[in-house]
Amino acid sequence: MPELAYLLRLADDNVVIGQRLGEYISRAPDLEEDLAVANIALDHIGVAQHLYTYAGELEDAGRSEDDLALGRTEREFTNALLVEQPHDGFGELIARQFLFDAYQMELWDAVSRSSDERLAGIAAKALKEARYHLRHTSGWVIRLGDGTEESHRRMQAGIDAMWRFTGELFETDDLDLAAGVDPASLRPAWDSTVDEVLAEATLARPDDPYQATGGRRGVHSEHLGHLLAEMQSMHRTYPDLEW
Amino acid sequence: MVMTISVEELLAEVVDPEIPVLTIADLGVLRDVAVDDGAVTVTITPTYSGCPALGVIEEDIVSVLTGAGFDRVTVNTVYSPAWTTDWMTESARQKLNEYGIAPPTANEPVLCPQCSAGDTTVVSLFGSTACKALMVCGECGEPFDHFKAI
Repeated sequence: MPELAYLLRLADDNVVIGQRLGEYISRAPDLEEDLAVANIALDHIGVAQHLYTYAGELEDAGRSEDDLALGRTEREFTNALLVEQPHDGFGELIARQFLFDAYQMELWDAVSRSSDERLAGIAAKALKEARYHLRHTSGWVIRLGDGTEESHRRMQAGIDAMWRFTGELFETDDLDLAAGVDPASLRPAWDSTVDEVLAEATLARPDDPYQATGGRRGVHSEHLGHLLAEMQSMHRTYPDLEW
Repeated sequence: MVMTISVEELLAEVVDPEIPVLTIADLGVLRDVAVDDGAVTVTITPTYSGCPALGVIEEDIVSVLTGAGFDRVTVNTVYSPAWTTDWMTESARQKLNEYGIAPPTANEPVLCPQCSAGDTTVVSLFGSTACKALMVCGECGEPFDHFKAI
């Protein structure tokens, strides 16, 4: 059986980035991209839902997936800092998503070999989706990076803005080791995917020595509280509300 | 044995609410049916993690079976092995094509469901539902959905 906290960590990453993507629907450069952003958000929220449901059953304290997603506070969320970062425009949104997709590709591949059949099944499905997301976002990184002077400038700015939140994805703690997935071991494959796409996009890999951390311990940037306030407002105003 | 067949016949009425030409058996979403002393357990698997049709499918299964007199119906969701478009039956692929959706295929190119031409291009990797991409035919000019192969 996986640890409850491990399932919540995986779920929190997905619900938070799903919410971030949801903010952008109707603001994308074109209708097709609105559909893409909505679809990717839906995949992430679906993964989160399956994980929260499992977590609730494992905890056996009567908490549903809604209670876990919409009834926990900022300090109880253990998502990585990257997914809670706001985006100032399409370049930053794509940068955040691309860097996260490349991470999730390796993560889900590893988790899909978990000895826990249910978690492995959720991961195997999520892996297929992550691969598809990455195909889309790496396409945009290349198209914008190797596009006009202005699109190149904005794509590079997006990568630069998100880069300092990538180191945390590969930090290892006891919970990871108990789950049998060491994030540090995922780094070489992530580096290789990211480097290959950045090179084709004529973008520079940032050389930022500062790497932020804390999300996995519930210590977040100022942005998560605002995101949760919006995401949880209906559930908190009308407790036990069901859609 | 007789009971199992009739339950499966009843479940043939349950379709994907987003692609109503396909039953859940056609799609490969229906994984198992067990009847034990009048109690029915139906096992399904989600197509995409966030597929909103799954909840509706669960409700439809319960409603069809209770409507036929089975008052003890349980719907289980299994995640492993993960659903793949390989589980879609050949008749399902034909039905999709006739409905105007190009069926999933690992072999390029995707054929236009209207005129069968192979000169098709992807307009958007993401379409009207989680399972489809938007494409256009270079021969007849018609836009169409392609069921993504996963």
